[in-house]
Amino acid sequence: MNTLQHTQIKGLFDASIELPSLIDEIPLGIVMLDTQRRIVLINRAFEALSGFSMEEARGIPCFHIMRSKLCIQKCPLKKMDSNSESISIESDMINKERQLIPVLINLSPIRNAEGNLAGFIETVEDLRPFKEVDSKTTHAYTFRHLIGKSPKMTRIFQTLPLLAQSDSAILITGETGTGKDMLAEAIHQASDRAKGPFVKVNCGALPETLLESELFGHRKGAFTGAVENKPGRFRLAHNGSLYLTELGDLPLPLQVKLLTFLDDKVVYPLGSAKGFQADVRIIAATHRNLDLMVKERKFREDLMFRLNVVRLHLPPLRERGDDIRLILDHFINIFAKRFRKDINGLSKKVLKILMDYAFPGNVRELRNIIEYAVNICPGGQIQFTHLPAYLSETKHHYDRPTSEVGETSEWTASFEKSNSEQSGQKTWASFERDMIIEALVKSKGRRNKAADMMGWGRTTLWRKMKQYKIDA
Amino acid sequence: MEQKILITLYVDQVAPRFDLATEVSIVSMADDGRPTEKKTVVLPRASAEQLCHLVLLEKIGTVVCGGIEDEYYQYLEWKNVKVLDSVIGSYKDVIKRLESGMLRSGDIIR
Repeated sequence: MNTLQHTQIKGLFDASIELPSLIDEIPLGIVMLDTQRRIVLINRAFEALSGFSMEEARGIPCFHIMRSKLCIQKCPLKKMDSNSESISIESDMINKERQLIPVLINLSPIRNAEGNLAGFIETVEDLRPFKEVDSKTTHAYTFRHLIGKSPKMTRIFQTLPLLAQSDSAILITGETGTGKDMLAEAIHQASDRAKGPFVKVNCGALPETLLESELFGHRKGAFTGAVENKPGRFRLAHNGSLYLTELGDLPLPLQVKLLTFLDDKVVYPLGSAKGFQADVRIIAATHRNLDLMVKERKFREDLMFRLNVVRLHLPPLRERGDDIRLILDHFINIFAKRFRKDINGLSKKVLKILMDYAFPGNVRELRNIIEYAVNICPGGQIQFTHLPAYLSETKHHYDRPTSEVGETSEWTASFEKSNSEQSGQKTWASFERDMIIEALVKSKGRRNKAADMMGWGRTTLWRKMKQYKIDA
Repeated sequence: MEQKILITLYVDQVAPRFDLATEVSIVSMADDGRPTEKKTVVLPRASAEQLCHLVLLEKIGTVVCGGIEDEYYQYLEWKNVKVLDSVIGSYKDVIKRLESGMLRSGDIIR
């Protein structure tokens, strides 16, 4: 196995400096190749983007690590020589986390002192913040496209640019489906850190021991199975933002470690006495009532105070008044385009039902309802029969409040109430499940046809079938 | 029981991208890991959906590939197809590891 060589740059400064440490500080993926297009060096930004570590990538042909469309179809480096100019090409790559990422690749030859070809250098820029990978993933309530004209949302929009620039820790609260993830990304993109990484960690998705290593990293040999150094999410988010979602699920011992980081901004990987000064902005979100958790001693009060520098509360949809109509129309346009349907709005009855509905699942639920209705509606206006059945049976209808509904302390209670009301009724999920089964029966089990009937792609159908455990 | 393994190919290497592979090798392996049959299939065009279809049609038990989008990974796993992704190495080396039952996702065979 190759070992890492320490490549030094001499003559530039008084003392010689390490090349890897120099390029690690550049917030753009950098890959250096030899003349055989084998990897010589990658920087930390490229490690974060690709998921491959330097140890793994060293000596490997570039196409195995880059995994770009460009590599397979027409590698420009094959024709590049010492006299070639640098070129920039938009392409994509699949990282180790199985994400398809649009990237801008810049390729240049490296020449030695005699002007001969010594290798190549590639810079890889993540274009996700600037464009959608696929039109299918376009959502109305998406990155930097938060929609709303209600006073509560307008207030958030007004403060957002200032907060984004401030670099303070931000705590986002709100019920499920209100758009906390979208808001966190929007803050990152509007900040000076937009060019840096936006690293998301779900604190509730991993067991405590794994989460610690995932967040803070570990040194080789720190524990059984730690066969190599792992940088940790804090380090990967260096010069960017770290988004901690489901913060309320963060175990207490890790709350202490997070608190320590917020105090001195130094990350100590497991098994390492040497700390790393990480310049990371923390954005945290939770659907839980942290005030209540503090009272119940399930969440540390001091951490709460630290993160509560700036608090943004996303109101539930039922408190957003006319936004419902605005978001409704937006989703109708999106789904009508996607499913190629000629839909021109909603009937009065449908509009009244939706305007009176409490939306316990908030914008996400509204989006699902419209997706369903546009699927079912053959064209023209969306009628009552095109709505999911549970909407006509549900007791979620309510009289629109005339006064402001209480803030954070009340949203958990109201949401729990909505959930308890929902139990025992036919849910959206069970209705959609029935709809899929009916389409499969009608199409005699042919999924292509069933997907066509639903106005979905094949993959959407199988994903939903998997979700509802429908075995074909 | 004999098991069928599909390896995506790019020249003599495991193809770096599942969705861009135009050539695959289908290897039947006996219980003891000994290959009993090998065949190469050249696809008319690169398509992840077509490749998934081929996997199911050929009743493949394991797919060996480089990068794969999560959508297709989840689909194949859901169909009880084991996916060993992010594998880097030559076809020959991968076969050797498969014979010894030592191939894992993320393996880099230098």
